[in-house]
Amino acid sequence: MTTEVFEGKLTTRSHMRKFGLLLTGPGMLWLLVFLLLPTIFLLVMAFAERGSYGTINWTFSFDNVKKLLGFSSFGWAADNLVILWRSFKIAVVTTLLCLAIGLPMAFWIGAHSKKVSTLLLALVMVPSCTNLVIRTYAWMILLGTQMPPTWLARTLGFIGEAESLYPGTFAVYIGMVSCMLPFAVLPLYTSVERLDWGIVEASRDLYAGPIRTFYHGILSQMMPGIVASVVLTLVPTLGMYVVSDLLGGAKFILIGNLIQQQFFGTALDWPFGAMLGIVLIISSVLSLVVFQKTGGKSFV
Amino acid sequence: MESVDLHIKGIQKSFGDKAVLKGIDVTIKDGEFVTLLGPSGCGKTTLLRIIAGFEKADEGTVILGGEDISKKSPAMRDINTVFQSYALFPHLNVYNNIAFGLKSKKTPKEEIERKVKAMMGVVNITDLAKEMPSTLSGGQKQRVALARALVNEPDILLLDEPLSALDANLRKKLQAELRDVQKKTDTTFIMVTHDQDEAIAVSDRVLVMYKGAIIQDGSPEDVYEHPVNRFVATFIGEANIIECEKISDKLIKSAFGELVVEKVPTWPMDASGKKCGGVAIRMEDIHVCNANEHFENNVFHAKILERIFRGDYWELIADFGPIKLRVMTDPDEIYNPGDEVKLYMEPQYLQVLED
Repeated sequence: MTTEVFEGKLTTRSHMRKFGLLLTGPGMLWLLVFLLLPTIFLLVMAFAERGSYGTINWTFSFDNVKKLLGFSSFGWAADNLVILWRSFKIAVVTTLLCLAIGLPMAFWIGAHSKKVSTLLLALVMVPSCTNLVIRTYAWMILLGTQMPPTWLARTLGFIGEAESLYPGTFAVYIGMVSCMLPFAVLPLYTSVERLDWGIVEASRDLYAGPIRTFYHGILSQMMPGIVASVVLTLVPTLGMYVVSDLLGGAKFILIGNLIQQQFFGTALDWPFGAMLGIVLIISSVLSLVVFQKTGGKSFV
Repeated sequence: MESVDLHIKGIQKSFGDKAVLKGIDVTIKDGEFVTLLGPSGCGKTTLLRIIAGFEKADEGTVILGGEDISKKSPAMRDINTVFQSYALFPHLNVYNNIAFGLKSKKTPKEEIERKVKAMMGVVNITDLAKEMPSTLSGGQKQRVALARALVNEPDILLLDEPLSALDANLRKKLQAELRDVQKKTDTTFIMVTHDQDEAIAVSDRVLVMYKGAIIQDGSPEDVYEHPVNRFVATFIGEANIIECEKISDKLIKSAFGELVVEKVPTWPMDASGKKCGGVAIRMEDIHVCNANEHFENNVFHAKILERIFRGDYWELIADFGPIKLRVMTDPDEIYNPGDEVKLYMEPQYLQVLED
């Protein structure tokens, strides 16, 4: 009884399964050439050795694993592990800060009429229209020695008289959070907009206090949005190097900066850089898996 | 157990400059099954939400069992609600959904288990304990929502259009179950609905609401048989309305002849000195006379215009000349369009309306 209309080919599930693959072809090809193959290349390179003057010796070895863990011809040093730990810590704290700031923002934006909330969302996105490097330079100046924030922090006794907010960990957090916040807010706002307030009322109706209502009535519904928000914040923050490079000072190195040094900087050790890249990919994926497992299971 | 009556006194509520409730006064007795019936926008849901505590009335008080609960939060009231869209917690399974209220109240675990299991038995969902809400059918969700509210043993259960999302057959079945559960648990039920069949089928008492006021309060039979005004007459069971002018206390004049009525019309006098108003008659109350039947009054000649098959009855459109009325006849009585018939309207079935 079906009339064969050519658009109809993609309008049913079974047709989509048969012919859909054709349409994804170009995208698949792109991913294969520019993502999968380079990643395989990176994986292979990670187990090669650095030759003299930064060349690559294609001999299979575990030297880079040892180097990563801190072993070298001079004995053991914790430097690389410290950098890894620091990168991880910064990423997690940044993500938590973005959630803590982003949740109230999302609720506040969502509380307005559709027209106003669209405008507010646009305002949230406006900073992202400027180049990240330029924004980061702006923070360098704002948080510098002569500027009010440093003066205020000194007066309140948060930092010593000779210190300033930039460079340092505080400046890195400011830079990271201001960079990531828009990406954290968007998915949170979407889930605020979709909230079924009936469930919140049900919770209040069933004698729950404010905390229990927030947890079961609101957070439980927002979990998909929170997961998306965390993914969009955590992964880029783990690999971020511009912000820490400009705002962290000479000694403030994250895994992103370390990788940059291997490829373009002083170290010029591409195989070790490749190894670090692989570690970054693995740790991003692992932290997301752990988060989804624990985050998902906490709601029972 | 002492009886816990609900007194609603002078409740007024406006949203912006729109008055939604215009002074509601009503007492609902312990153990009653009451329905708030009305079209959308009549204020019935707002009244329900004020009783639940989700809205604050601008004026008036809600008194439950002698205590003024107007200012208490929903969590502090011994009133639970079955929400229109069920509002089950999506991340909790059926058991934990039902146990939610008891857990909030920090009830001992053994007691929670005993009560939840008993309640699941009452609403026939014993085997669904471990299911998540997303896997349930509409009827099952409805039962879970009912159990989740009733397990707390509230003084009053509020139901906000509880069956509106279900298909007709299931709705009929659940209406009977609601009635049954209400009797078993001996709880006051207050249900909001716009479905007049549902209101008539389940409740002890129907409060018909229109434009922010209760315009009729009575048993389902009473509301159906003796509608007070045009709105109730047409909203519940689509009665015929005949425009009339008062001649004397028991005699009124319609466009097709004089009618004898039992109730004295109280229609106000208009500018031309006439007292005019409406009289309602249900289509099943208009009797088609056979050749050897004779009545003293209220018999009129009419011509059948149309015959509509309604399954268990025929609906005839009878032309009285100036107006047309709908008449119900048994399936075995065949009248055809064009037939001349004599129709009898027994005085007791002619409902003199207020307007």
